[in-house]
Amino acid sequence: MARRESTRRKIIVTIFAWAIGLTVFFPILWTVLTSFKTEGDAINIAGFFSTGWTTEAYQTVQSRSNYFQFALNSVILALGSTLLALLIAIPSAWAMAFAPGKKTKDLLMWMLSTKMMPPVGALIPIYLIFRDLGLLDTRTGIIIVLMLLNLPIIIWMLYTYFKEIPAEILEASRMDGASLGKELLYVLTPMALPGIASTLLLNIILAWNEAFWTLALTTRHAAPLTQFIASYSSPEGLFWAKLSAASTMAIAPILILGWFAQKQLVRGLTFGAVK
Amino acid sequence: MGSITLKKVSKSFGNVVIIPGADLEINNGEFVVFVGPSGCGKSTLLRLIAGLEDLSGGTIEIDSQDMTDVAPSKRGLSMVFQSYALYPHMSVRNNISFGLKMAGMSPEEIKTKVDTAAAKLNLTDYLDRKPGQLSGGQRQRVAIGRAIVRQPKGFLFDEPLSNLDAALRVNMRIEIMQMHKDLGATMIYVTHDQVEAMTMADRIVVLDKGNIRQVGSPLELYNRPDNLFVAGFIGSPKMNLMTGEIAASAQATTLGIRPEHIRIDQSGKHHGSVVLSEHLGSDTFFHVDAGALGRILIRVDGDSPFKPGDKIRFSFDPARTHRFDADGKAMQ
Repeated sequence: MARRESTRRKIIVTIFAWAIGLTVFFPILWTVLTSFKTEGDAINIAGFFSTGWTTEAYQTVQSRSNYFQFALNSVILALGSTLLALLIAIPSAWAMAFAPGKKTKDLLMWMLSTKMMPPVGALIPIYLIFRDLGLLDTRTGIIIVLMLLNLPIIIWMLYTYFKEIPAEILEASRMDGASLGKELLYVLTPMALPGIASTLLLNIILAWNEAFWTLALTTRHAAPLTQFIASYSSPEGLFWAKLSAASTMAIAPILILGWFAQKQLVRGLTFGAVK
Repeated sequence: MGSITLKKVSKSFGNVVIIPGADLEINNGEFVVFVGPSGCGKSTLLRLIAGLEDLSGGTIEIDSQDMTDVAPSKRGLSMVFQSYALYPHMSVRNNISFGLKMAGMSPEEIKTKVDTAAAKLNLTDYLDRKPGQLSGGQRQRVAIGRAIVRQPKGFLFDEPLSNLDAALRVNMRIEIMQMHKDLGATMIYVTHDQVEAMTMADRIVVLDKGNIRQVGSPLELYNRPDNLFVAGFIGSPKMNLMTGEIAASAQATTLGIRPEHIRIDQSGKHHGSVVLSEHLGSDTFFHVDAGALGRILIRVDGDSPFKPGDKIRFSFDPARTHRFDADGKAMQ
C-alpha cells in the first residue's frame, strides 16, 4: 500500500512539475515557432500549425538591421558591467564579511533596498546627468548604469560566499606577510572562485536581459539586443514573425550560456543552503 | 632572540572586557603554555601577541622593541592555527612556501628551504598534494612546516592538537617538544588541556576570565597553587576541596588535598564508603562518600581490592594539604 501510495504521489508531483516547467517555457516556444512562419500565418494560425515553415523572417531581419552590431554591444555591456562590478564588489564583500562594523548589516539591507525602488524614479535625474556628461548612447555610460544596477546583488552574493570561508585562513596569510591586495588575489579569490563564477554568470544574464535602462539611454551606438527587438515592435503589431525572429536571435546566446552553466548557477544560488 | 614582554595589555570588544590588563615576561627560548577553561581569553591574548587583534591598551614588546602597532608579518612570529588554516587551493609545497614568496625570496632559495622543512617533517612525498588529500596529522605537519620555514623568533600555537585523535595527539605533542629543543625558539602554546600544559611547558600561565591567575613551572603550580582556581584547574584528577569543620580546624576556609595524596589505611582518621570505582589499569580512582567531608576522590594503585559498598578508612598526608582563605588565596 505504502509503496503504491508513494509511486502515485511521485507521478502527481512529476506531472505538476512538468506543467509548471512547460507553462514557463511556453512563451519562448511560441516565439520560436512563430519566428519560422510567414507574417500571414503568424497572425492567422495559432500555435503549432503553419501552411509552410520558412526562415524568411530571419532573412528579412538580418538584411534590415545589423544583428552582430547589437549582439556585440550586448556582449560588451554584459561582460563590462559585470567585471567592473566584481572589481568593486570583491573588496566590498571582503570588508563586510571579514571586518564588519556595527552598521554592516544595515548597509547590506540598505543596498538591497535600492533594488526595491522603481527604476523609473531615477530615470529623469540619470538621463539629465548622462546628457550633461555626454554619456547618452555610449557603452561607457551603459556599463556604469548596469554595474550600479547589479552591484547590490553581486555584493550580497559574494558576501554570502565569503562568509563561508574561515577567517583563520586569511589570518594565516596575514601572518605569512601577504598585504591586503595579495590576500585578496592569492587567497580569497581563488578560494571563492566557484562562488565568483556563479555570481559572474548570473549577472551576465541579468545585464544581458536588462531592458529598461538600455532602451531609455541608447539609440544606436551603444544599443544592445533589447533595442534590436524593440525596433521590430510596431504599434499595429503586424510583424509578429519578424519580431519573434528578432527575439529568438536575442535570447539564443544567453539561453545557450545558461544551459551550459546550469550546474554552476544552481550550485551558486543554493550555496550554503545545504551544509 | 625572541623575548616577549606584555605590559598592561588589555582588550575589550565594545563593552565586553576580555582581558582587563595582563603583565607577562616571556624569556628567549622559553616554552610557555597559556591554559584555562574555554572563554578565559587565552586565544585572544595569543592573537594580541600575533597582531591579529588590536590592543585596547598597554604595549607588547618583542626583543625590547615596541611591536604594539606593527603588522603581524613584521613581528617575526609564526602561528599554527587550531583549524590548521591551510590554503586549500594550493599544493603542500605552495602552502609552505607562501610566506617566503611574500617575503620576496628567490625561487632557488625557497625550494631549498621547503625541501629541508619537508624532509624534517616527513612531508617530502606529499609536496604536490592538496591539503584536502592529507590526513589530519599530515595537515598539522604542513601547518608546522609553514611556520618553521620562515625561521621566526617565536612560534604561536593556538590549540594545535585539539582536532587530532588521542594517539596522534600524544605523538604530535612529543614532536613539538622535540622541535622546541632543536630550534631553541620561543614558543607560546595555547591549550585548554592541562595535561598538555603540564607535560610541555617550561612555564604555565593559568588564565581565568582574562586574568592571569598564576605563572610558574608545572611543578610549582602543582605543588603550590596560589589560589583555589589554580588548585582546581591544575592536576588530574582534580584536587579535593573541603569546607566546613575540617577546614576550620586547619584555620582555613577551604582545605585542599590531591587524590594521590590520600592514603587508605585501617588506622586512618577519616572514613567513608566507596560509591564508585574507576579502573585505569595503572591507577584506580575511588569516589568515596565521606559524610561531613562530602565526596572525596582517592587515587590508589591499580590492584586495590576495594569495591563499591566497602567501608574504608583513610588519612591525608599532612605535608600535602593546601589551605585557602575566604578569598580563595593560598595561605602559607
